[in-house]
Amino acid sequence: MKYSYYPGCSLERQASAYHQSTMAVARPLNIDLVELEDWNCCGAIEYIAVDLLPAYALISRNLALAANQNGGGNHQIVAPCSACYLNLSKADKYMSDSPELAAKVNTALAAGGLSYTPGTIRTRHLLDVIVNDVGLDAIKERVTNALYNLRVAPYYGCVVVRPGFDHQFDDTEYPTSMDKLMRVLGATVIDFPLKSHCCGGHMTQISQDVALELIRRLLKNASDYDADVIVTLCPMCQLNLDAYQDSVNKQFGTDYHIPILYFTQLVGLAFGLPATELGIGKEFVDARPALAKVGATPDVTDIPASRRDKKALPMPRMTREGER
Amino acid sequence: MATTAATVRPTTFFDEVVAETPGDPRLEACLQCGTCGGSCPSGADMDHTPRAIFALIAAGMKDAVLRSNTAWYCVSCYYCMVRCPQEIHITDIMYALKRMSIKAGLYQDKTSVPEASDFAETFVNYVETYGRSFELGLATRYHLLHHPLDMIKMVPLGLGMWRRKRLDFTPRRIEGIEQLHAILKRAKELGAAA
Repeated sequence: MKYSYYPGCSLERQASAYHQSTMAVARPLNIDLVELEDWNCCGAIEYIAVDLLPAYALISRNLALAANQNGGGNHQIVAPCSACYLNLSKADKYMSDSPELAAKVNTALAAGGLSYTPGTIRTRHLLDVIVNDVGLDAIKERVTNALYNLRVAPYYGCVVVRPGFDHQFDDTEYPTSMDKLMRVLGATVIDFPLKSHCCGGHMTQISQDVALELIRRLLKNASDYDADVIVTLCPMCQLNLDAYQDSVNKQFGTDYHIPILYFTQLVGLAFGLPATELGIGKEFVDARPALAKVGATPDVTDIPASRRDKKALPMPRMTREGER
Repeated sequence: MATTAATVRPTTFFDEVVAETPGDPRLEACLQCGTCGGSCPSGADMDHTPRAIFALIAAGMKDAVLRSNTAWYCVSCYYCMVRCPQEIHITDIMYALKRMSIKAGLYQDKTSVPEASDFAETFVNYVETYGRSFELGLATRYHLLHHPLDMIKMVPLGLGMWRRKRLDFTPRRIEGIEQLHAILKRAKELGAAA
């Protein structure tokens, strides 16, 4: 199966672990991801808040490039990032609905020698492709190192399941695709009540108080259900829950240590791929104690040791299985 | 004379909001049920919940709507949109309100609105220059302008990102940047003409 691959800005660096693990599992899953040449940013959730037409033109340049580079065949573009997936599918939908908007966007594209007919390119999320195109049976056959005993909280975040501009591949509030996928990998999937709640998105930059409270709710909920790991499908969710976990602990006096991994990383581990090939070790909250439960011991040497503040009061903390 | 006045309805603020939203936002269908506000993760921090904002729009209270922090606190999670019994495109309306508020210059009232608009504009600036987003530049420029004293708090996070190889020090420019500039320039001219 061949697809155009639109990594998005986050996956270039911040979420390089997501990109690495996607590439690593694509081969055994038999999906051919051809990176869209010279793609540009989708505008995230910022551009559309400033100016409408340029935002749509920005997104549509990618769609036009995808149509050109595909020259017939399978007109499907795969986005691993929630925001990219939403923007590409949403622009396509609204331009299909409104010929007026499509005409204006095309006038802008013409300035760069491009054009795009709405409806030509179908945008899919990586999870949708893996669960529905590859299929759970094919995945099950590939599992060599089942993730038995690993308690996984599947976290979908907002916009992969909502509002479904392309097509609704899962429930908007109680999605289960990733639950099923994790179960096939052998993991124990907890029924995570906040699975489709918001991580705060860009709020960590604008109003930390609002963002940290949203992150705290998710961590508390996962912790209440004894999750070993929260598994996500979005670079923004991963960043917020992972890099700001320490800030949440400071703000609320909590002591959460829940590693946040991408679903592709767990797929890779279950396929027996080496942890370093999957970008494991780039997370802020050390995933090693949790992964030790499934016999995966990432040989990651360059994780910097965390230093405790010298003035910090000693905090009681339960030692966990697999920890010193 | 009287008939002309009756048939030609002046454009209301409500019409402006609808015109600024792509597609058909179905705003006139609002029942004032409040499902949106009840579903909103940041509803508690908003001056007015989306339901109240829609009532203000219908009442033509442009200033109050564009000055409020509501749209800027929208985290774009689409909960309201999928739950709305009338299928109103609430999140898209919030984006329209952000744009209108920037255009009207009302977002500058810092007492009620966070600096979300500046964050968005800084982001846009980087994308327009390079074709891709640049996290380090975005974070430093935005925080230097708005919370220079808080910059120190960002250092551990930035260092952590760098040590984990999750941070770029230089932006990446796309090859077709001239093409993108031409497209964006034309799009802006079209937008301004409308």
